[in-house]
Amino acid sequence: MSESVFPQLEALLPHVQKPIQYVGGELNSTVKPWEACDVRWALMYPDAYEVGLPNQGVMILYEVLNEQEGVLAERTYSVWPDLEALMREHEVPQFTVDSHRPVGDFDVFGLSFSTELGYTNMLTALDLAGIPLEAKDRTEDHPLVLAGGHAAFNPEPIADFLDCAVIGDGEQAVLDITRIVREWKAEGRPGGREEVLFRLSRTGNVYVPKFYDVEYLADGRIARVVPNRSGVPWRVSKHTVMDLDEWPYPKQPLVPLAETVHERMSVEIFRGCTRGCRFCQAGMITRPVRERSITGIGEMVEKGLKATGFEEVGLLSLSSADHTEIGEVAKGLADRYEEDKIGLSLPSTRVDAFNIDLANELTRNGRRSGLTFAPEGGSERIRKVINKMVSEEDLIRTVATAYGNGWRQVKLYFMCGLPTETDDDVLQIADMAINVIAKGREVAKSNDIRCTVSIGGFVPKPHTPFQWAPQLSAEETDARLAKLRDKIRGDKKYGRSIGFRYHDGKPGIVEGLLSRGDRRIGAVIRAVYEDGGRFDGWREHFSYDRWMACAEKTLPDFGVDVAWYTTRERGYEEVLPWDHLDSGLDKDWLWEDWQDALDETEVEDCRWTPCFDCGVCPQMGTEIQIGPTGKKLLPLTVVK
Amino acid sequence: MQRIRLRYTKRGRLRFTSHRDFQRAFERALRRAEVPMAYSAGFTPHPKVSYANAAPTGTGSEAEYLEIQLAAHRDPETLRTLLDASLPDGLDVTDAVEARTSGLADRLQASVWEIRLDGVAPEEAGRAVEAFLAAEEVLVERRTKNGMRSFDARGAVAQLEATSIHSDRPDGNACAILRLVVRHLTPAVRPDDVLSGLRVTADLAPPVPAAVTRLAQGLLDEETGTVTDPLAPDRDAATAAPSTADGLSTATVQGGASPATSGDGTA
Repeated sequence: MSESVFPQLEALLPHVQKPIQYVGGELNSTVKPWEACDVRWALMYPDAYEVGLPNQGVMILYEVLNEQEGVLAERTYSVWPDLEALMREHEVPQFTVDSHRPVGDFDVFGLSFSTELGYTNMLTALDLAGIPLEAKDRTEDHPLVLAGGHAAFNPEPIADFLDCAVIGDGEQAVLDITRIVREWKAEGRPGGREEVLFRLSRTGNVYVPKFYDVEYLADGRIARVVPNRSGVPWRVSKHTVMDLDEWPYPKQPLVPLAETVHERMSVEIFRGCTRGCRFCQAGMITRPVRERSITGIGEMVEKGLKATGFEEVGLLSLSSADHTEIGEVAKGLADRYEEDKIGLSLPSTRVDAFNIDLANELTRNGRRSGLTFAPEGGSERIRKVINKMVSEEDLIRTVATAYGNGWRQVKLYFMCGLPTETDDDVLQIADMAINVIAKGREVAKSNDIRCTVSIGGFVPKPHTPFQWAPQLSAEETDARLAKLRDKIRGDKKYGRSIGFRYHDGKPGIVEGLLSRGDRRIGAVIRAVYEDGGRFDGWREHFSYDRWMACAEKTLPDFGVDVAWYTTRERGYEEVLPWDHLDSGLDKDWLWEDWQDALDETEVEDCRWTPCFDCGVCPQMGTEIQIGPTGKKLLPLTVVK
Repeated sequence: MQRIRLRYTKRGRLRFTSHRDFQRAFERALRRAEVPMAYSAGFTPHPKVSYANAAPTGTGSEAEYLEIQLAAHRDPETLRTLLDASLPDGLDVTDAVEARTSGLADRLQASVWEIRLDGVAPEEAGRAVEAFLAAEEVLVERRTKNGMRSFDARGAVAQLEATSIHSDRPDGNACAILRLVVRHLTPAVRPDDVLSGLRVTADLAPPVPAAVTRLAQGLLDEETGTVTDPLAPDRDAATAAPSTADGLSTATVQGGASPATSGDGTA
């Protein structure tokens, strides 16, 4: 049995900020009868509602699961500290926003981690839910705690808190898990929690940390990771969904009443990216490229707009201008919705894939505010290291066209602390911005143009060629950024036209610790949580000092420290904490690509050149799926 | 151009919707219902919607009002049904009339509120109400953007009475109900302020937050304390002169400022 805690919660809501985020009832949300379902999922995005609600991953799984007969999925988000305090005082458990049931009453508690900075929020939610923080203390009465999302490609830092993890695409994975849980429940839960986890692990697609032992060398490095019971696979594989047109989710996107960070009809136009930027974990772990067809996109946009009433369409992917038919898609949609004042947006546009016709289509029904590009590195040399093959001439030509066509503002994104980087590589960012403004003033015949340089510290990530690289320390990052700022501000002629925004190096060190950490980091996360750490992705809540203090308390027992995890370079033979999680990438290929980076050698994109043997397709049994289909999007007949 | 006046509710858990939240939800509902809205001119055109006197976040309401301008003629009742279906349950559109008179905002002179005080004995509430009404002035404080501010909560109150709820409640707990009629003055006196006033004059301190619902808004009959339907004059005008065609009807009601205040700042 399970009962709504809404009556208790309702009495607390008048005392908290933005109570609407806790009441649910969003358009297109689903509440299914509890008793009529035998597998029940609580899905969490472990951040505030305003960030979590628009998350596409959670929205897709919510809909996929709720479409199944006898299965229900409800959502839960992190509560802000004001409500957390009241919930503790009045003993209200972590609840779902759909029917306000205690999260502890569900069969599976699935968390989606886009970033490692949600780990402390997971512990808050577990504790509020009355679920023991560590998996070993849980009983049959507790939900299976399951992690997914990009950060789950190295779940080791949170291994103690998880029952299981899934890496890769979730759509089919949640259905497979549902089936196994359902059968186990129907059989009367034979063998208890251990047995259902064993059945999940045997699929080879669900990682159950407790079935693996980690052995360490005397110097602190990992000796090996081995299954501790027979039948458990040595490596766990990622999931890959093929044919995106078969998975047109979300069909009925949630429309919140509360204000959230993205309020638009989002369509994922392709998944995966093989541009091969060496710093980019998303591009490495989501291979191969799988496009949604132009007609599939058109149908999703049409149905989604009808279902939501949104006034903007976002065409999402890791590099949206790379869709083989992006020009036709943009023109077709702009034609179709010209009357309805629907705006189009294309996040993640590469400099070399940008063209002015496309940009004109995107802004036809809306504003022409600013363009954003990410050269990532300031010098030609460093861009070869990171394999971001964009030349300064490309960039200048592109922004010149933009300024010439009426844009007044260009934003440029960079990273600081890339492998082999020197002060000079970063200072060249100032030269690039100056050249942009000089060319812009010439083309626009006006001084009223701006360029904003936005820069943050680089964090090496698992499953990338930079997984072996040393991270730049916070102090060195800050010093380098200060030099860049001084150079930009010091330019008399152009400095005032260049905005400079940067993120200091400290949060990056904590992110680095969590990204490339192993099971020993769990003690740090727990200590930070117990000391009050919450919402680490939020500047006003994040405390670097707290993280460092907790690391100093817990890590010396293991003979390691924060620097060991972050600024230390790893060698070829080192066993990495995530080696037993198979993203399909061949570790030797990653190493070669790392060596190529050091040699400043570039790699092409396998969509347009022969396969370079990264290993994913043969290992995962997948293939590149791209157009062009040659089809067109016709304007719909307007019935008014 | 046709103007339609709507009455809508904030019920149940959706009473926690703020006015800004409601505005976004309503504009999306207009799109889903494919209402032929008139748009403002300018670089970023907005649909023409005038909101009046929104209830505070957290209080329920049976009587919120707004007015929309259409680019094409529509039957008010059909439009009401469509919009109601396009909004989440709890934000319900309960009435629609074509605007045929000026000054909807001017007719929203007073509100009737129901304040439910769980855990408060009706007799105790009654004594507090007596003390409050007996006072000439009841100074209360409220936090505003410019810090704490002190003002009189008594002058705006046209009527306040305590009634009890039927004692057949399953938990057997006491529950008092206040019926409050308050004039819309500046500074606005809200139900919360009257509750502060009851605390100041009679130490009335409900153990749980009060459940507050606006029951009506409209013209105030000072003698009886009743508040009349602000859409009635439009309905009467419709009976007198049925609408003939798009645009004709509005020609007769020209002259004067915007009939309802802008949404900004009214919450």
